Amino acid sequence: MTLKTEPFVLNIGPVHPSTHGVFRMRATLDGEVILDIEPIFGYLHRGVEKLAEERTYTGIIPLTDRLDYLASMTNNFAYCLAVERLAGISVPERAEYIRVIIAELQRIASHLIAVGAFLNDCGAFFTPFLYMFREREKIVDLFEMVSGQRLLYNYMRIGGFNEDIPDEFLPALAKFTQQMPGFIEEYEQLLAKNEILQFRAKGVGILPREMAINISASGPVLRASGVKWDIRKADPYSVYDRFEFDIPTGTVGDCYDRYRVRVEEMRQSLRIINQAMEQIPSGPVKSEVPHLIRPPIGEVYARIEAPKGELGFYLVSDNSIAPYRCHVRAPSLINLTALRDMMRGWKVADAILIFGSIDITMGEVDR
Amino acid sequence: MILNPSFNLSYHQQTLPPDWPGGFWWHWLVFTLIIIVFFLAMVMGYIWLERRGMARMQARLGPNRCGPFGLLQPVADAIKVLLKENIVPVKADKLVHWLAPLVTFIPALLIFAVVPFGDGAVLADLDIGILFVVAISSISTVGIFMAGWGSSNKYSLLSAMRAAASVVSYEVPVILAIAGVVLIAGSLSLNDIVQAQSVPFILLQPLGFLIFFISGCAEINRSPFDLMEADSELVAGFHTEYSGMKFAMFYLAEYAEALAISAIITTLFLRGWKGPVLPPWLWFVIKVMVVFFVMVWTRATFPRVRIDQLMALAWKFLLPLALINLFITAIEVLTWPEALPWVLILVNIAIMVVLVLLWSKFFKLGWGRVEV
Repeated sequence: MTLKTEPFVLNIGPVHPSTHGVFRMRATLDGEVILDIEPIFGYLHRGVEKLAEERTYTGIIPLTDRLDYLASMTNNFAYCLAVERLAGISVPERAEYIRVIIAELQRIASHLIAVGAFLNDCGAFFTPFLYMFREREKIVDLFEMVSGQRLLYNYMRIGGFNEDIPDEFLPALAKFTQQMPGFIEEYEQLLAKNEILQFRAKGVGILPREMAINISASGPVLRASGVKWDIRKADPYSVYDRFEFDIPTGTVGDCYDRYRVRVEEMRQSLRIINQAMEQIPSGPVKSEVPHLIRPPIGEVYARIEAPKGELGFYLVSDNSIAPYRCHVRAPSLINLTALRDMMRGWKVADAILIFGSIDITMGEVDR
Repeated sequence: MILNPSFNLSYHQQTLPPDWPGGFWWHWLVFTLIIIVFFLAMVMGYIWLERRGMARMQARLGPNRCGPFGLLQPVADAIKVLLKENIVPVKADKLVHWLAPLVTFIPALLIFAVVPFGDGAVLADLDIGILFVVAISSISTVGIFMAGWGSSNKYSLLSAMRAAASVVSYEVPVILAIAGVVLIAGSLSLNDIVQAQSVPFILLQPLGFLIFFISGCAEINRSPFDLMEADSELVAGFHTEYSGMKFAMFYLAEYAEALAISAIITTLFLRGWKGPVLPPWLWFVIKVMVVFFVMVWTRATFPRVRIDQLMALAWKFLLPLALINLFITAIEVLTWPEALPWVLILVNIAIMVVLVLLWSKFFKLGWGRVEV
């Protein structure tokens, strides 16, 4: 006897514990198997790009904080880089080094949340998540030291920084970089070789190399598929060409590879921070920049390797105090495009896992 | 004030032995009271232990505002939940939705009718005690399925399907593991099984214990098999649409089942109430707490398995091993009835290690992706 069955539609989100914000997936299920999935977003749209057209160039920096709110510093970095290229502003040496240190710290903080949330999606009930929050807290303390803020830092300025780092920052940073490898080792001991995690994550949600390139994925998602592409090496900005570090890549492009790549990137970021701490020169941290910047007529696209991938700012200037157009190339949104192909045929539990392994922030997806 | 179960129990043992002539109703009344008090106190203790213990493992504090060390947090939660609004979905199957918490909760309570707290200190010393436990504990699943169906929520329905599938699968290894114990003890009565344990059966039946513990965790839906209320996938699973006291019943039932399974494990494998120096009931409570602590520990550590992996584990790993274990136990009981226990213990532990290692080499998971 065969029973008649029919697929049903399940709304995962926008209010769901594991949709990392207000993302919604309309999944068509056959029992537990996902037949089709339709990502729906826009619940967090704030019109950042349009707002930017009404603000001065400096006034846009707080807006960029609110894009990827788990990595505010790198957003500031990318935007400042774009304006500096547009207006031809140079940045003092010391400021470049501080930027690199802070961007790499931010990468560690963002990856800690990404990996923690991914393991939480696997069902490891908050233990890895809270362990990783413990270390993120230390990074946030460092950021509070320099900027006075704990989430939306608004620290970088066009042409450098508003203020130099305080005297106690570098010793505190040295202490952190000494401790952190031990903590990463601790997370690895907890779950990296765990049998259940390997069953759950290995071979699940494979993003083939060709598809990853074709959808212009970037960041750990691309590198996990085996593509050695890191803008810090491929198109060096700031002073990244002076540091030695490796680009960790995966082989298969499954959830497990993405997780491994992120953990490895944390180690590489620590390497960069250590080198930058040794080489950091003294001097001013801000170049002479007019109060209202009027870049010459033209356009610019500046991109950096943000924790989630290639974060780019495309600015068009009409020689006024506000940009004529400000477009953000958000890595979260573009990495999401492979979602349907990665999820089809897997089960509901895997869908959550795959979604967690892409690591998106809704603030960046809906601008 | 919470009634002290210890006092009642020892008082009862001194004055009202179970075979006291004409004392059937006294026995019945006193033991029902003891069980209810013990049950509620232990469940609250469990909730506290789980929250504080897990907080400790997760580098945080846990509840620490109500009473010393947050001990009164379960009481505060109970009051809060009692005062909450009872929301029933419009499209819910009202009767089923209403009945489900009861059907889930009551069986867990009933199991304690046959669990001995001391020598003969048991509400009903049934000759078929363990059979009663197996029969009653499966009823909870019906309640879970009713909740999933009656809520008219897709998350709940998925969870109910998972619950039914996993419990049907895991009943089999559970019973086979119990059969090994019964073979050695030569009785189905839980009290006799405890009496028969001059050596804890965890040593004589290490593989049986392992299988029973894993399948027990799967049956009461403890991590890493907590697929039915997988918080990161199905929001809250079968009790997504429950609020107020009905939700509290499910919450209680979850810990009550954990308590029941720990009590059964204690009785079958850890010598139950037996132990030196301390009074029997205290030994019982300590052992139950230790078993539960292991469950909390696994919950704080392991990720969750997927539904097909859960099934594969039951049918391809636990079931064959349980059958082999039963076979070996039967041969041992038949051929070496007078063998020294220490020889048997060493032999059985060696057999367990070899079997588990060997079988995990052959253990293959089923399909992962389905072509659609």
